Amino acid sequence: MKDMKETIMKIIFLISACASILAVALICIFLFANGVPAIGKIGAGEFLLGKTWRPNNNLFGIFPMILGSIYVTAGAIIAGVPIGILTAIFMAKFCPKWLYRFMKPAVDLLAGIPSVVYGFFGLVVMVPLVRQFCRAFELNGNGSSIFTASLLLGIMILPTVIGVSEAAIRAVPDQYYEGALALGATHERSVFFTVFPAAKSGIMAAVVLGVGRAIGETMAVIMIAGNQPRMPKGLFEGVRTLTANIVLEMGYAADLHREALIATAVVLFVFILIINLLFSLLKRRQK
Amino acid sequence: MQAMNKQTWKQKAKAYRSSPLSLFLLILVALASLITVCALLFLIGYIMVKGIPNLTPSLFAWTYNTENVSLLPALINTILMTLLSLLIAGPLAIFAAIYLVEYAKRGNKLVEIVRVTAETLTGIPSIVYGLFGLLFFVTTLKWGYSLLAGAFTLAIMILPVIMRTTEEALGSVPDTFREGSFGLGAGRLRTVFVVVLPSAVPGILSGVILAIGRIVGETAALMYTAGTVAEVPSSLLSSTRTLSVHMYALSSEGLYTDQAYATAVVLLIIVLLINWLSGALAKKVKKG
Repeated sequence: MKDMKETIMKIIFLISACASILAVALICIFLFANGVPAIGKIGAGEFLLGKTWRPNNNLFGIFPMILGSIYVTAGAIIAGVPIGILTAIFMAKFCPKWLYRFMKPAVDLLAGIPSVVYGFFGLVVMVPLVRQFCRAFELNGNGSSIFTASLLLGIMILPTVIGVSEAAIRAVPDQYYEGALALGATHERSVFFTVFPAAKSGIMAAVVLGVGRAIGETMAVIMIAGNQPRMPKGLFEGVRTLTANIVLEMGYAADLHREALIATAVVLFVFILIINLLFSLLKRRQK
Repeated sequence: MQAMNKQTWKQKAKAYRSSPLSLFLLILVALASLITVCALLFLIGYIMVKGIPNLTPSLFAWTYNTENVSLLPALINTILMTLLSLLIAGPLAIFAAIYLVEYAKRGNKLVEIVRVTAETLTGIPSIVYGLFGLLFFVTTLKWGYSLLAGAFTLAIMILPVIMRTTEEALGSVPDTFREGSFGLGAGRLRTVFVVVLPSAVPGILSGVILAIGRIVGETAALMYTAGTVAEVPSSLLSSTRTLSVHMYALSSEGLYTDQAYATAVVLLIIVLLINWLSGALAKKVKKG
């Protein structure tokens, strides 16, 4: 009787453990089964490299959106990663204890703020500022732009970058730092030229994770990027990302249009899988 | 030792004068941290200052209409959605973690696969979850836009979060606890439920709180699974909107900016509460 209970519960635990495998399998199957046929119908080249997205005329080229996602993500990396890594170095090696007790929750809070709130903040604060800037310098653009989206996403990936890099820096053995000090280096030099290089692959992992967050971000980007489905024209002009394309049109899409949107998600999913793979490779190297 | 290593300001200034690069690096890290903190403070401050005056009683009216733009139904839906998702994902995630930590043998292939898939789940963007929910729960299972479809979609999202924190919490329970329990003649199951789980509760709770944070902030995964109806749901299969979706709807319509500010304030307050709670719990875990 007792053995029976043990066995039954063990099987229940085992089944629960398989839930995440099942979830990933289901997600893959449903996305690919619904999306890949559309890519076949449209033609892979046409779909991935086509420069016009006009569902009404049966033109489904998502190249502008792929570029849009890449530009916005690159912008977010440029804006967010240096600040994130430097903040992580500060928190791990410079921060006095009393300040850390304030910094750590602040970074956690930054991670906890919903993306709609970020998006709203971007909409009411950053977009008007960029618009004024554009007016002042007689640039085209109404404020919703690659630049605005990059800046906001840069802030949004900060907690990810800070969290992972801080852990990587803290994982470097103290001897590295002490050795450098003993050779006469200042605190700053020791940190930047011995500890930092030793944490390199962990910090790269942080950047990759940041890329993943930026490329997958949806709501905040929709609210401030302008969403025009055309080839990106400039830093201060509107752009549409892969994620935005899905959310904006899924509500009313039908038939091939709908399938093309699911295929867009497939492309996004493949991007994310590659990024995940990179991340776990980097993490393994760190160990 | 500490006293010996203490430098006076004068010594420090001298060191920096002979090594301007060090001073530059110091300024750099300080500046970056300042930017990080200021971005946070400005965002919260701006929304609080603009939003708190807009927190009128009519925003908390029982039913939503275009005149009062009440956020109360959305707030209630958020709570329902949170409870339901936790109810689905919580036991599953905790059981899975129990299997991984307490039952699986070292070097088990399954454990590796579960870890990899859980990591994959963490990285998937919420819109992809939303689309999957639409294809599977809403269309294939014919649940329609509903509380249930939304909750299941979110449950998959938070599964890896709770699983990982539970794994960590169980792993940090000392083996002597288990040995003691076995020594007293308890079986494995009894040991897990009576000895190991209770001492891992604070850790598990912090995972649950993290998950609540994700649920409250989620929008993209819910728009096409739970829908956007701004009413308190009458059944599990009726469409609902959570606070985040409500906030997106308000700000994209462009007519209700004041109310959107107020909704943002409510969302921020919830997030602040969640963070405070998880901080308090983390302190408790540390004290053990």
